[in-house]
Amino acid sequence: MERFTTHTGIGVPLRRSNVDTDQIIPAVYLKRVTRTGFEDGLFAAWRKDDTFVLNNPAYAAGSVLVAGPDFGTGSSREHAVWALMNYGFRVVISSRFADIFRGNSGKQGLLTARPSQDDVELLWKYLENEPGASITVDLESRTIVAGDIVAPFEVDDYTRWRLLEGLDDISLTLRNEADITAFEATRPAYKPVVASS
Amino acid sequence: MSGTLAEKVWESHVVRRAEGEPDLLYIDLHLLHEVTSPQAFDGLRLAGRPLRRPDLTLATEDHNVPTTPGPILDVVSRTQVETLRRNCEEFGVRIFPMGDAEQGIVHVVGPQRGLTQPGMTIVCGDSHTSTHGAFGALAFGIGTSEVEHVMATQTLPLKPFRTMAITIEGELQPGVTAKDVILAVIAKIGTGGGQGYVLEYRGSAIRALSMEARMTICNMSIEAGARAGMIAPDETTFDYLKGRPDAPQGELWDEAVADWSTLRSDDDAVFDEVVDIDASSLTPFVTWGTNPGQGAPLGTSVPDPESFGDENEKAAAQRALEYMGLAAGTPLRDIHVDTVFVGSCTNGRIEDLRAAADIVKGRHVADGVRMLVVPGSARVRLQAEAEGLDRVFTDAGAEWRLAGCSMCLGMNPDQLAPGERSASTSNRNFEGRQGKGGRTHLVSPLVAAATAVRGTLSSPADLDALVEETV
Repeated sequence: MERFTTHTGIGVPLRRSNVDTDQIIPAVYLKRVTRTGFEDGLFAAWRKDDTFVLNNPAYAAGSVLVAGPDFGTGSSREHAVWALMNYGFRVVISSRFADIFRGNSGKQGLLTARPSQDDVELLWKYLENEPGASITVDLESRTIVAGDIVAPFEVDDYTRWRLLEGLDDISLTLRNEADITAFEATRPAYKPVVASS
Repeated sequence: MSGTLAEKVWESHVVRRAEGEPDLLYIDLHLLHEVTSPQAFDGLRLAGRPLRRPDLTLATEDHNVPTTPGPILDVVSRTQVETLRRNCEEFGVRIFPMGDAEQGIVHVVGPQRGLTQPGMTIVCGDSHTSTHGAFGALAFGIGTSEVEHVMATQTLPLKPFRTMAITIEGELQPGVTAKDVILAVIAKIGTGGGQGYVLEYRGSAIRALSMEARMTICNMSIEAGARAGMIAPDETTFDYLKGRPDAPQGELWDEAVADWSTLRSDDDAVFDEVVDIDASSLTPFVTWGTNPGQGAPLGTSVPDPESFGDENEKAAAQRALEYMGLAAGTPLRDIHVDTVFVGSCTNGRIEDLRAAADIVKGRHVADGVRMLVVPGSARVRLQAEAEGLDRVFTDAGAEWRLAGCSMCLGMNPDQLAPGERSASTSNRNFEGRQGKGGRTHLVSPLVAAATAVRGTLSSPADLDALVEETV
C-alpha cells in the first residue's frame, strides 16, 4: 500500500446521501478474477445518465470525491473500494461513512475524510462554481483546502497512522515476520507439507 | 492449565500476542479453489509479494467443474478455473486439476490424503472448511482478503471465539445417521445459535461414529452459524489416518500420535455454552423450509407457521412454505420429489455412496425421478467403481457422475429448474441456490436413496413396508 501524506486532485461534487455499495458497483460487475479493472462498474447505473457528474469532462479525471452523508452503506463487498481506487480516486470526503466501507477503505489505502456537513456544502458550491478545480487533502494536518475554504476533517488515529506509514494488514503482520519465522522453527517435524508435483 | 480442545489448538498456534491486538495465529494448511482465490493472488501480484509457504498450500478445482466428461462451457466458470491454474503455476502451488486422480471437492481431498490431521489450523476461502474439524483440527472459512493475508504471511490475526459443547449421549437407532444428528442439532440451536462459537461435538454417540460421519457433522457447523466444529481425535481418527499418503510415517507417526492423544477438552474445562441431546431420541430428519434450521423428523408433517411463537420465525416459515410450494399439515412422507442428489462435501464420501447403494441395490428409481450420484472426489469415484457401486446405481436408473461440488450450489450445469423439487444430501436449502426457483429438502444418504426409490420423502424402513404391502 502506498503512503498517503497529502493529495491534490480534481474534486468531484456528488450531491447524494446514502450512496450504498450496490450503487458504487452493482453485483453484475463482481465476476472479474483480478483486483483491477473495476472502474467500468463504478456508479454504473448513474453513468448511463448524461448529466451525471463524472460524465462532465471537467470532472472526469477527478480523484477526490465529495459525497453526502452515509456513504458506503449496504453489502460489505470490497469491490466498492477497488472500483473507486481503480477509477483513480484517492480520497472520499463525506460527513459520515458506513463502518464496513470505512474499514475496507483504510485497509486498501483509500482515505475517508470526515469534515462537517456544513463544510461539505461549502465544498460542493465551490466545486460546482469552478468545475475541474483542485482540492488538497492533507492527512498530516487533517485539513482540506479548496480555494479559500480550509476545512478540518476527522479520521481515526489508527487509520491515519496506517495510511501515513503505508501499512496494510499484510504489511502490519510482516512487521512481525521474525515472530513468524521463529514460530516456524518450533513446528513439530510430523506436521504435513504438500508434496510437490 | 485446563482448557477445551479448541483453546488448546488455538494456544499452540499463537505466533504473537499483544495487549489490545488480536492474536496472530499460525496456519498449518491453506486450501484453495477457483472461486475465492483469484483476487487474493492478484493482490499479491500488485504488491509484489511472494506466497510465503507454497508447501503448506494446496489447490483443487471443484466449484465450477462439470460432472459429465468434457470441457467447461460457461465462460465465467472456465475463466476462474484457468486463472487458478495460471496462478498456481506462477506462485508454485500444487494443484489437482480436472482429470487428475487427486481432484475433488477441497474438503474431501484434504482428509482422504491424510493432509488433515489433529491439532492443525486449516483455512480455506469456503465456509464448509469446518469439515476438517472432525479430526480435532481448528478449521474455518475465510474471506478473500484473509486468503491473501494467509498467502503472504501464513498467519491470520483473529479475534477470540466462545466455546459450545454439544454432547450427544446414547445410541443412534438403526437408519439414523450423522446427517440426521446435525440437522437435529441445527433445528435445536437455530441457524444463528452457533454465532461466535466453536462447537465441540462429544459424547458416546459421537465416539461411535466413523470419521466420515464425523466429517458430515462438523461440515454443517457453519449452518448453525458457528465458526468451526470440532471432535477430539481418538483411535478411530488415528486408524483412519494411518498409511494415508500425507500422514506421518515411522517414528514421526508415533510422535504425532503421542501429541494427538493430548488433544481433548480437560474434564474441568469450562464451555461458554452447553447443549445436551439424547441420541436414542433422534429419527431420520429432513428439512421442509429454505434454511437448514427449518427441519423436522420425517415422520411428522409440514409445520403450521402459526405454531411458531417467535414473529420472525413465523414470517420466515410462511415465506418458506410459499417458496417450497408446501401446505402446512402435509405429511413429509407425502412430498413428491423430481430429483435426488447424492454428493457434496457433506455426504459425498465413499461411506455415503455405499450407504445409498445398499438401499437402491436390486431396486429401481421411481418413474419420473432423476437420481444424480456425484462422488466427492476422483478417488472416491475410483474406489466406488472398484466396489461396483457405479453399476448398482446405474442398474437402478441413477446417473453416475464425475467428482465436484455439482448440484450443491449449481455453479456448474447441475441445477434445478424453476419449481423442480429435490431431496439432496448437500448442506444448504437456500432459495435459488440449486437453481432459480429450485426447491430442496436436505436429507441423509439413506433417506435420499429411499426417496429415489419411492418418489416421495422416505426412509429405508418405508421400503421394507412397501415390500410387506406388496406381499
